[in-house]
Amino acid sequence: MLGWMGKFRALFLLGSLALVLSGCGKENLTALVPKGYGAESSMDLIILTTVIMLFVFAVVMVIYVITLIRFRKKKGQEDYIPKQVEGNQTLETVWTVIPILLLIIIAVPTVLATFDLADETDAKDSININVTGNQYWWHFDYAGEEIQTSQDLYIPVGEKVYLNMLSSDVIHSLWVPSLSGKMDVNPENENTMYIEAYEEGVYWGKCAEFCGPSHSLMDFKIVVVSPEEYETWIADMQNVDPEQEPQDTVALEGQALFEENNCMACHAIGSSPVATGPNLTNFGDRSRLAGIKELTKDNLVDWLQDPETIKPGNKMTGKYPALSDEDADAIAEYLLQLQPSDITPESAGN
Amino acid sequence: MSNAATQNKGFAAVLWDYLTTVDHKKIGKLYLYAGGLFFLLGGLEAMIIRIQLIKPENNFISAGLYNEMITMHGTTMIFLAAMPLLLGLMNAIMPLQIGARDVAFPFLNSLGFWMFLFGGIMLNVSWFTGGAPDSGWTAYAPLSTQSPGHGVDYYVMGLQLSGAGTLMGGINFLVTIVNMRAPGMTYMRMPLFTWTTFVVSILILFAFPALTVGLFLLMFDRMFGAAFFDVALGGNSIIWQHLFWIFGHPEVYILILPAFGLFSDIFSTFSKKRLFGYTAMVFATILIAFLGFMVWAHHMFTVGMGPVANSIFAIATMAIAVPTGIKIFNWLLTLWGGSITINSAMLWSLGFIPSFTLGGMTGVMVAAAVADYQYHDTYFVVAHFHYVIVGGVVFGILAGLHYWWPKIFGRILHEGMGKLTFWTFFIGFHLTFFIQHFLGLMGMPRRYWVFLEDQGLDTGNLISTIGAFFMAFGVIVFLINAIYTAVKGEKAPADPWDGRTLEWAISSPPPHYNFKQLPLVRGLDPLWIEKMEGKGKMTPAEPLGDIHMPNGSIIPFVMSLGFFIASFGFIYQTNYDIAYIFLFGGMAIGLGSMLVRSLKDDHGYHITKEELEREAD
Repeated sequence: MLGWMGKFRALFLLGSLALVLSGCGKENLTALVPKGYGAESSMDLIILTTVIMLFVFAVVMVIYVITLIRFRKKKGQEDYIPKQVEGNQTLETVWTVIPILLLIIIAVPTVLATFDLADETDAKDSININVTGNQYWWHFDYAGEEIQTSQDLYIPVGEKVYLNMLSSDVIHSLWVPSLSGKMDVNPENENTMYIEAYEEGVYWGKCAEFCGPSHSLMDFKIVVVSPEEYETWIADMQNVDPEQEPQDTVALEGQALFEENNCMACHAIGSSPVATGPNLTNFGDRSRLAGIKELTKDNLVDWLQDPETIKPGNKMTGKYPALSDEDADAIAEYLLQLQPSDITPESAGN
Repeated sequence: MSNAATQNKGFAAVLWDYLTTVDHKKIGKLYLYAGGLFFLLGGLEAMIIRIQLIKPENNFISAGLYNEMITMHGTTMIFLAAMPLLLGLMNAIMPLQIGARDVAFPFLNSLGFWMFLFGGIMLNVSWFTGGAPDSGWTAYAPLSTQSPGHGVDYYVMGLQLSGAGTLMGGINFLVTIVNMRAPGMTYMRMPLFTWTTFVVSILILFAFPALTVGLFLLMFDRMFGAAFFDVALGGNSIIWQHLFWIFGHPEVYILILPAFGLFSDIFSTFSKKRLFGYTAMVFATILIAFLGFMVWAHHMFTVGMGPVANSIFAIATMAIAVPTGIKIFNWLLTLWGGSITINSAMLWSLGFIPSFTLGGMTGVMVAAAVADYQYHDTYFVVAHFHYVIVGGVVFGILAGLHYWWPKIFGRILHEGMGKLTFWTFFIGFHLTFFIQHFLGLMGMPRRYWVFLEDQGLDTGNLISTIGAFFMAFGVIVFLINAIYTAVKGEKAPADPWDGRTLEWAISSPPPHYNFKQLPLVRGLDPLWIEKMEGKGKMTPAEPLGDIHMPNGSIIPFVMSLGFFIASFGFIYQTNYDIAYIFLFGGMAIGLGSMLVRSLKDDHGYHITKEELEREAD
């Protein structure tokens, strides 16, 4: 039986829990609730440095407040001339040595963590994914698996997944705050980082290096699934027949229009080296449209007819003839039924 | 006298006077006017940014315009507001503090100002000619090399012009401080503001060439088909980041050190105490400047430099916290045991201590490389550098303005309005930026035109925008205060604050030749020493005699105008051949001015002993 005290306590707990959660940001986006190895390494250092620095701040503030209270000029002290002190050797030594000691406490774990995260000795035996950053979307090429996707990156939980990253245009930076810190994606010098997720789920990723008008709209997802589900997903993706004709007539028409409008010049369906535009093999399974919008038919029709409004500066605008409502509708119908796998962001706990 | 004379002159005469002046005090004022104007412009851009981010997926301005806003906000605030405002204070005050009649090269001083001003105008002309630069104030290649239109070209030419002006200013201050100190003013008797001006000038001398080189490469890539940063043609885009930050990080210290200097003077004056640990303060300044050159790559932890480079730069960066800490504690101990007066100049200085300490704290936090993998390029970093630049530099400029306003303009700013400015700006500042630390960690990268709904970022951004309005209110009150003071403000005596240093030994504002007789300096805080020994004024170090003064000149203005015109030629020769007329015409004006300057003898003029005697003290 719950008395009023109990109810109050439950309410209080619930309230504070909500407060804490909202205070730390959205789960699977915020860096403050780490769910991967890299994010955890960073968080450990964040906590260590914050605690030490807050200590320093507290010391400064205590002296500051006491000084201001004690030594503010009071009435009748107008002519008072304080003693002109030159300095104090001992004090200078104290506030030189103590900060050095505090900094050593920070520096040692920093260096250790820096080398630890850069240790890539097991890259060969791990899953390797070649990542290409593009204005304003992400291309993922599963090395040796003949699978290409974009926007949603599927990885197994608890395994190191190496990302070998290069940009096709300007500098981007891959950041999945809950799983790992960021790494720049440069046009030269391939950068490698690894992600090791602790929990299944769908994690928000963002571009962190200023890359143009739609920099803020370059979101992507990392879909973390169980190793078995991952195997299933790989198999499903490999079994895709890009030529397969859809059942329903509108989608079939859409497929024809897709070819007619030469969409394939940029967008591949099935495994292909074409990566001018996002690979659409599992488009219907995507968590979001263009990385940001809800994946609905209406949104997709809007996108097909006017991508510029949704993602300013994108490279798709103006590359194909204007689409009538009917045509856009048919193409949308076709694209949305590209759902090769039962392993989707939704099944992963979206 | 000279001030009264100016007031009776017509507008055209005053304008001509300012266009041709080589007087460090007038050039100081010009820097303050121009810097102030650009500060308002940069502030307006900041307000537009904050209004755009007031709610998720807002559509107040377009993505392209937003990118122009953030680029111009950063560029304007750093190069066209903070730098000139500080250079203005240095110009107006430093020669007085060392007991000099002017800077070493008055002509160069004027040239430096006009180059800066034309550079600033250049940058802002871009708003009206098809779009401002839009690749961030850091202009990372290849985004900057690929940016369509001419926006980034204006960035390149504008910064090249104003950078040249700054470099001249730095060299000038160096020579001035080395050569023109009054008798007895040894290095270890210089006020901290003069010391920091000296050290900052060294930083300018070594840091700005890196920017110049970077801008030249960018200029050739964009305007003459070179490929320094073009990976496809064998270039390297990362080189830009190195060049930019080899300049950019010392730039942070170029901005903050003068603020450190003037805070030291203000704390000492208003607690009626000698600066605690003067020697330690001087060496801490030098050490910060030295280390400032060793840490540029901490802006690049995520570039992929590898663990060795990241570790070295992390540790070097942390090391800077030590001399900075020394400074904070010495300021506190200066106040300790003093007789503290709290007025508006002091409020800004006292507000600086907790604000800047927070910025320093987060500085150490971002220095920890692996932690920085999360902070980097997020609102955490935005918060960090605004705590340093606003909480340190802007607070410093405002403290310096309230402190030296009487000396520069001859009138005392209104105290009540000064306090209102401080409190609204101070509260607004923390409201705006404190929450941004958390926004960053909660997943908000910087330079985001919109943030999406349902990502837990709404409240923080709203609070931040509200804070920005408080800051804007504070700035408006300050403007009203400045106008009110100019019209009705209390006339300032020579020494309104019971000052300690030489600038308070002469009238407010000082006569155009500064010291009738150069003062004899007998120690640190020379005026204070004389006061304590009962004399209350400086002993002259020389008999009254003729004073040699430089003539004014329009050449610096014309020369800068020439390079300004040539810059348009450089930009538009990519489209139109007719632009070559501007290019060669402008260069002819600029180089021709140099020739005239070199060939024409100008011996200046003398103020005779008799004239000086006629002028009252």
